[in-house]
Parts: sequence; C-alpha cells; structure tokens
Amino acid sequence: MPKLTVAERVTAMLRIRRFEEQCIRLSKEGQFPGHYHVYIGQEPTAVAACAALAAEDFVFSTWRNHGHLLARGAAADRMMAEILGKAGGYAGGRSGTLHLSVRELGVPATSALVGASLPLATGGALACKRRGSGVTVVFFGDAALEEGAFYEAMIIAAVWKLPILFVCENNSIPPAQRKRGQYTSSTLPAARLADVPQSLQIATEVVDGADADALAGCFERLVAEVRSGGGPRFVEVRCTRWPGNFPLWPELPGGEWQLAWAYGQQPDHADMAAWLQQSDPVLLYLRKQAAAGALDRAQAEAIDASVRAEMTAAVRFALDSPLPAANEAYEHVWAQGRQA
Amino acid sequence: MKITFAEGLAKAIYESLAADPRVVLIGSGFMGLNVAARQMLEPALREFSDRILVTPVSELALAGAGIGAAACGQRPVVDLSTGSFIFQAFAQVANEAANIHYMSGGQTSVPVTFYSLAGMRGAGASQHSHRTQAMLGQVPGLQIFTPGGAEDAYGLLKWALLESQNPTVFISHSLLLGETAELDPGAPMLPVGKARIRRTGRDVSIIASSIMVPRALAAAQALEREHGVSAEVVDLRTIVPLDRQTVLQSVARTGRAVIADECHRSFGVAAEIAATLAEDGLASLKAPVIRVAVPDVPIPFSPPLEAELTVTAEKIAAGALRVLGR
Repeated sequence: MPKLTVAERVTAMLRIRRFEEQCIRLSKEGQFPGHYHVYIGQEPTAVAACAALAAEDFVFSTWRNHGHLLARGAAADRMMAEILGKAGGYAGGRSGTLHLSVRELGVPATSALVGASLPLATGGALACKRRGSGVTVVFFGDAALEEGAFYEAMIIAAVWKLPILFVCENNSIPPAQRKRGQYTSSTLPAARLADVPQSLQIATEVVDGADADALAGCFERLVAEVRSGGGPRFVEVRCTRWPGNFPLWPELPGGEWQLAWAYGQQPDHADMAAWLQQSDPVLLYLRKQAAAGALDRAQAEAIDASVRAEMTAAVRFALDSPLPAANEAYEHVWAQGRQA
Repeated sequence: MKITFAEGLAKAIYESLAADPRVVLIGSGFMGLNVAARQMLEPALREFSDRILVTPVSELALAGAGIGAAACGQRPVVDLSTGSFIFQAFAQVANEAANIHYMSGGQTSVPVTFYSLAGMRGAGASQHSHRTQAMLGQVPGLQIFTPGGAEDAYGLLKWALLESQNPTVFISHSLLLGETAELDPGAPMLPVGKARIRRTGRDVSIIASSIMVPRALAAAQALEREHGVSAEVVDLRTIVPLDRQTVLQSVARTGRAVIADECHRSFGVAAEIAATLAEDGLASLKAPVIRVAVPDVPIPFSPPLEAELTVTAEKIAAGALRVLGR
C-alpha cells in the first residue's frame, strides 16, 4: 500500500513547485541577495523518499534542499523567511537558502559543498546504528560522484554496514535515457553511476525520476531493506532537467506552471512544451491519475488553490518578518551549556 | 599518582567510554600511544569493542562521520593520527564541524573531538610535522586544545569527550607522550579556557603551549641557574578559548614577554599573543616582545636541518636574555 494517497502526493509535489516559483519571483524582485537553487522537476523524489521515513530518521541534503525540507514537513513560512535572511527563519537568517536545516525534523546539518553531505550522513547512520533504530537518507546530485568524499563515504558505509540510503538525483539525463541505456553525467567517466558503489559491494537501483509511482515503490522497498539491517543502498534517480534550471539563475520558462497544461493546454515556450510532455513528473502524474479516474481536474484545481494560498501566506510571513538585529551576528558561534 | 602524557590520554579515553555510552572511538590506531598507554587501553578494547570502529584510510569521511554522528546525538572522537593528516579532512573540520551550529541558528550542536598527534617529532620531514593550531585558530567555531602536561592531557581530553558541546581539535604532540605529571584524579580540573601558571617569576614571562611548555620550563631553570633570572611560565593549555587575561596579568607583573611557539613565525599563535600585548598590554611592557618560533620554511628531514628550525629551551632562554637586554 502506498503511504500517501493520490491527493496527498499531488499536494506534496505542488507545495514544492509553488514554493520554488515564489522563490524565483522574490529573487527577481530583489527580496533576497545571492544565488539559490530550486527543485522544480524533481518533486516526486523528495516526496517518495520522505514518505518512506519515520520521525526518528535523519535526512541530509545539499544547496538544492527546499524540496527535501518541504517533503520532510518543514514549514513553508519559516523556510521562506530563512531564504530571505529574516529573523523569523529557521536559523534566524544565518543560513539562507544554502544551509537550510530543521533539527527537530531530523535534518540536522545541510552542506552546500559538493559531496560534503555524504560523510556527514554516514555519521547520522552511525548514530542510528548505535541506538539500534532508524535510517539515514542523503540526497545529492550526480556531480557528487566526482568528489573524493563520495568514495570515502561509500567505503565507510560498506565497511560499517550502515543503515543509509544514498539518493543520487541525476538531473542531467535526456528523456529517452531515463529508463535505460548508456549516458554521460556531468564529467564523470563512468558508463553507469551505479558502477561506482557496486564496485564497493553496495547494492544499487535505478529509477525513473519522472514516474512518481515508481519512485514511491522504489523508496518504500529500499528504505525497508536498509531499516531491516541490509546495509547501505544506492539509488540513482534519473531526472530530466527542468528548462528553467539551464540558465545561470533560475527562470520560469513560459511563466508560472499552469495546471491547465496537464489537461491539454500548451505553454507558449517550445523547450517547456517538450519537457512537460516527456519529463514533468507532476504533469505526468496528474494525467495518469485523471486517466485512472483517481483524481480529476476539479480536484487537482482545489489542491492547487489551497497550496497557492499556503505559499501566499508563507511569502507574506517572510516579507513581514523583521531583518535580524546586527548584534545577532555574534550569537550561536558556540553551543551554550557546558561550553568552554 | 604520577602518570605520563600518553597514559593520561588512555585513561581519559577509557573513563569516557565507561562513563557515557554516546562516546564512540572512530579509529583503531590509538593515537600513537606508547606501549604502557596501549596496555592501559586493552580493557577498553575488550569492554567497549562495539564502540571502537575499525577505520579505512579515509580521513575526510571519518571526520564527517564523527561530525554527523555528533549532530545526531553521539559524542565521537575521531583519531586523525599524525597531525598533518588533518589536511585530508580539512573540508569537513573547517567547513562543516565549525559552521554547523552557527548555520543552523543554534539548532544543532556538534560535540565531536578530532585527535591529532602533531608537531616536529624528529624525521617527520615536511609532510608529517605540522602544527595546525594557528591555521585552525582562524576558523571560528572550533575549540583547539594544546595541552603541555600529562594532567591536562587527561583532563582536557576527558572534558572534550564528556562535557563539551562544541567541536574540538585536540592537538597532542609526539614528543610529549613520555612527559610525566602528578595527577590527583579526585581534584577538579582547572577550568577549560584558563591558562596555567607553570612557574612563577619576576623578570620575564614566557608564554607557551604544547611541547613549548616543558622546553620553556627547562629554559626558566637554566635562566635561574646560569643567569639569576626569574622567569614565569604561562601554559596556555587551550588556543581556543585563549586566556588573554592571564597572559596580560603575568606580563603586567614581569614587564617582559617571550612567546615560545612551535608554529611558523608568521601568523602563528605567538603573533596572536603579541597582538594581544600590543593592544591591551603596551603600558606593562618595558621592552618589545620577542617571538621564538619556527622560521617560515617547510620542515626538512635531515637532523641538523630540522634542529636549525626547532624551538629549543636554549633558544627560548636566549630570547629571554635578549628581552632583558642581556
């Protein structure tokens, strides 16, 4: 049995998509400085992975963390306030988008360095193993395989038989190669990413990142295997990059994503039209559920309206939240209590 | 009881493992301990074998595993072995451990200890002789412990493993392992962040840490014996936190300062102490401060070349005579 109903899965995916659209808008308005990374086009991965987790489990993420945190249950308003550098954010404005973490949700430390989350996550898995329960999931992109940290973390996970699931979100895949075939990834000279962990005796899976149902089944099974003491697992999620992520700064090709696109309307943007037809996991899922009679357009519109309302309120909260007082810069260098 | 520096470390590890089930030892090389200290650890190896992890040669991920486990409720100590090897782990130590508490806005604490056996140890040459305390001192969020005596090796390591809420780089020294000190296990430790006046004196303050402490004491004895100079020796114990107050008070009494430091001369621990004296202690100084530090060159292999660069008791004593105008 899937852990999420169709309506819940659509809600979770749309929360991420609508949140990210607001980020792009706020950035273009100059509401926050600096670069940022959005999760549009990869929504069902975070949703499926987090649906398979329990409250005691740990999640480690990267600079592209918004989707992971929302799927884990983080509050959109406090996330948005953090991205805007406001006092009401989860870290009081110290982290911004890059290092968003929510300790109480088991997301203790988010690194914005390529590959750096993997060693940290082995520590999370070590903590799970020590206490005798829980698993750790770590998300990263395909470029992480080009870092030494990846290789070292794999070794440790294999040697210590850690309860960890490595989730490689490979967002460099052309549509035809998501399900099978040779491909290249960034600049890694491995024919298949899974060859690398396999050489260290880590069991691997490959799953289509545009197929929300396949992802749900895959993550439920892999997390269960890891939870039952099967040792580490590696899954490559093959995603096709959303056209808005090709420019240096995210753009909204064809404007805000329209629910009507799932029901026959065409966007006024050729790249976007091609991506929607072949690779948009939210659109493909909505069409599939409509065809199956599980969720019709009216129901989807109602979900979207409520998600949009949530994000409008989150943006309002973030904009209304004050900037931190300057002397806040000095707080939280050291943990209090029994510190030196 | 009299213990060696190495025995103090072994005792701290054993007692910490016994006291708190969250203490995990990542590394099985046991910190370059000598034979006696390894024997002290034998019971720990048997009793706590499930908390002593055999490690591949993967310093970066081992450091990260220690940090991640600490962020998730454990209290690991990561044995990075030779001090220079911390460079293999630098990205995790400097960019993850030090930043996580701050970046999370205080949500997550990282009570991990990185143990490194550092220093110019004889024949270590350029790649096995580093003293990393000064460069790590540029990373806010890291505690840096540099004990110069056996009682502090025991006390500071045990405090890091059982009490600290922050990441600690524990910088041990190959040539300190055999140094002995009296230890009263029942007595409370001098608080972390307080320097220790190892020897009181009137004429000059010698500021030292780590291996510089026994050498500064030897220099002070020679100065007394051969020149009638009364030298005070301040053992910093920890570089971060740095007890500037005790240094300033000592120099206020003596009026003169020699800073002995095994870091390279430029941007070293000595430079920070000298800056502190210039900013807050200038009125006390009867003469310019003198740094006795390692010249700014890599450490060579050949014994006479290494000796040329080594900060010895004789060089410290010579520095004291210079600051006294003698």
